[in-house]
Amino acid sequence: MATLELRNVNKRYGSGLADTLKDIELSIDDGEFLILVGPSGCGKSTLMNCIAGLEDITGGAILVDDADISGMSPKDRDIAMVFQSYALYPTMNVRDNIAFGLKMRKMAPAAIDDEVARVAKLLQIEHLLGRKPGQLSGGQQQRVAMGRALARRPKIYLFDEPLSNLDAKLRVEMRTEIKLMHQRLKTTTVYVTHDQIEAMTLGDKVAVMKDGVIQQFGTPQQIYNEPANLFVASFIGSPPMNFIPLRLQRRDGQVWGLLDSAVGVAGSAHCELPLGALEAGMENREVILGVRPEQILLGAVEGQPSIRAEVEVTEPTGPDTLVFVSLNQTKVCCRMTPDAAPQIGESLVLRFDPDKALLFDAQSGERLGLLGKTSAAERASTVTPFRGR
Amino acid sequence: MPKRALSLSRVAIYATLLAACAVYLIPLLIMLLTSFKTPDDIRTGNLLSWPELFTAIGWIKAWDSVGGYFWNSVKITIPAVLISTLLGALNGYVLAMWRFRGSQLFFGLLLFGCFLPFQVVLLPASFTLGQLGLANTTSGLVLVHVVYGLAFTTLFFRNYYVSIPEALVSAARLDGAGFFTIFGRILLPMSVPIIMVCLIWQFTQIWNDFLFGVVFASGDTQPITVALNNLVNTSTGAKEYNVDMAAAMIAGLPTLLVYILAGKYFLRGLTAGAVKG
Ligand SMILES: Nc1ncnc2c1ncn2[C@@H]1O[C@H](COP(=O)(O)OP(=O)(O)O)[C@@H](O)[C@H]1O
Ligand SMILES: [Mg+2]
Repeated sequence: MATLELRNVNKRYGSGLADTLKDIELSIDDGEFLILVGPSGCGKSTLMNCIAGLEDITGGAILVDDADISGMSPKDRDIAMVFQSYALYPTMNVRDNIAFGLKMRKMAPAAIDDEVARVAKLLQIEHLLGRKPGQLSGGQQQRVAMGRALARRPKIYLFDEPLSNLDAKLRVEMRTEIKLMHQRLKTTTVYVTHDQIEAMTLGDKVAVMKDGVIQQFGTPQQIYNEPANLFVASFIGSPPMNFIPLRLQRRDGQVWGLLDSAVGVAGSAHCELPLGALEAGMENREVILGVRPEQILLGAVEGQPSIRAEVEVTEPTGPDTLVFVSLNQTKVCCRMTPDAAPQIGESLVLRFDPDKALLFDAQSGERLGLLGKTSAAERASTVTPFRGR
Repeated sequence: MPKRALSLSRVAIYATLLAACAVYLIPLLIMLLTSFKTPDDIRTGNLLSWPELFTAIGWIKAWDSVGGYFWNSVKITIPAVLISTLLGALNGYVLAMWRFRGSQLFFGLLLFGCFLPFQVVLLPASFTLGQLGLANTTSGLVLVHVVYGLAFTTLFFRNYYVSIPEALVSAARLDGAGFFTIFGRILLPMSVPIIMVCLIWQFTQIWNDFLFGVVFASGDTQPITVALNNLVNTSTGAKEYNVDMAAAMIAGLPTLLVYILAGKYFLRGLTAGAVKG
């Protein structure tokens, strides 16, 4: 039970090398579940190793319960970690694997037995206690690895991509189990993944990382609804957000974006999106419009901009059908219920909710905040909830 | 493939294998037979003939003359093998799991040690032994063998340990284990195959060594290889081939025995990178 705070953490592996972690600032409360998500090689494992004390940081501070632990050795930090490769001791049986950390901490043998029994019961691995890791399946090894972390009752758990070596079905099961476990134990947890569904479903807070820099740190809803930049917007969400290039235009003191589906039906193949009040320098600016596939709806409604487009491809996924059309010469994905899904080549009318559309700077990729739009909180509450699959 | 009677290529393969076996086994057979013959039998009979009378006289005489040196060799080989293996394991552990600034360079230099010919180290080593007051002692010979063997044993263990995931060491550190605990409790129990390789390799090298033995030992500290050479090369009296052969067999038996006992680990250790489970 502890709070964790990273202040300006920097990490460089060698004097000649570039920084692997750059000014990492994060903080989570007691009992919170932080997800660290990012593409492979962005420094997630490095950050975990730094928190655990396996690697020294080259700048900043790591605080647990407001005390700086960055100079402490790993064994004094009271942090347990579950590794992607499980890292079970191959010559010890499951019981000894779980008990090893307790023995190292000089716990009394009777107490160790009790603790092993408690953990084994919690994880339903009682029948495996006598086996060696080599005699276990991947999922069982995963449980033992978690058991080893649970046994010490540390202040903080670190999980480094714990499910990535499991097959898809087991992964979904273990995901739910980890969530249940956390709800029960309420131990502060940092969980690394590159799977954005795990990121959205497990965490209280999500930090999206790229090239050693935290791109955005917030609740899963904030990350999903108000991504800070194009990278976050494209990384979170499946199928990913659509990015449509636009040139901003000015009319009646407002900014407008023009969409064009190039369908040969005059008038309805164009659509003007009202994108907020005019700010200095907005005129004629090249921007990127971000729209999630579920925010493009079928059929015209009075007062909402709509456009006629031709269906190019459909992909039935089961619960929904993905329909692809072209807007501004860009392929755009719309998520529809299978019943409503059109045929390839069919022409249909799509409508947008301009309040939910996001604008990004075409050069920097940063999200543009526009005046006169609904506030973030209001928008968050009206957005369709994320559907994980 | 259809199960046919011996095809031509099969026959060729078996013939080659048999020939190769013969090349190695016939000299051994001759030695063994000769060692049990009487000197008269050797002089009159042919090389491959069966002994007219099996006698252990050659073996007894041989043991009388080289038995003491046999124990010298034991006293040199066992400590040298154990120490060089243990130090090699520790070195390999550090080089694979606790990399430090310059550890790659250190490893590179160490590798260089594997390619140093024996002759190159003779003078520096004898100078060093003299300075240490270990010239012509069993301990001195042990020291030379340990130092010379370290390059090989370190290489064996380092290459074995780099194939073991570092996360294992990380996990043990988080569990509260220290440097030696991790080595003793986690890594050594996983190292049986490579320990066997190392033991066999070092045992064979050190037991069979002649050059270091002849240079760094004298008189009654000499190893059996040197004693065997002295025995065979004596020019006084009639040549007792049965004694020579028996002495050579005595000198060679321990390495043979080690290989028979631990040979299966040798092959396994050389082929297996990471042991799983
Ligand atoms: N021990 C190391 N020495 C030097 N560079 C390293 C070391 N470990 C990781 N790196 C580098 O740091 C970067 C981040 O690696 P890592 O933290 O493993 O990424 P992730 O876990 O997000 O996939 C990579 O570019 C990697 O090459
Ligand atoms: Mg990683």
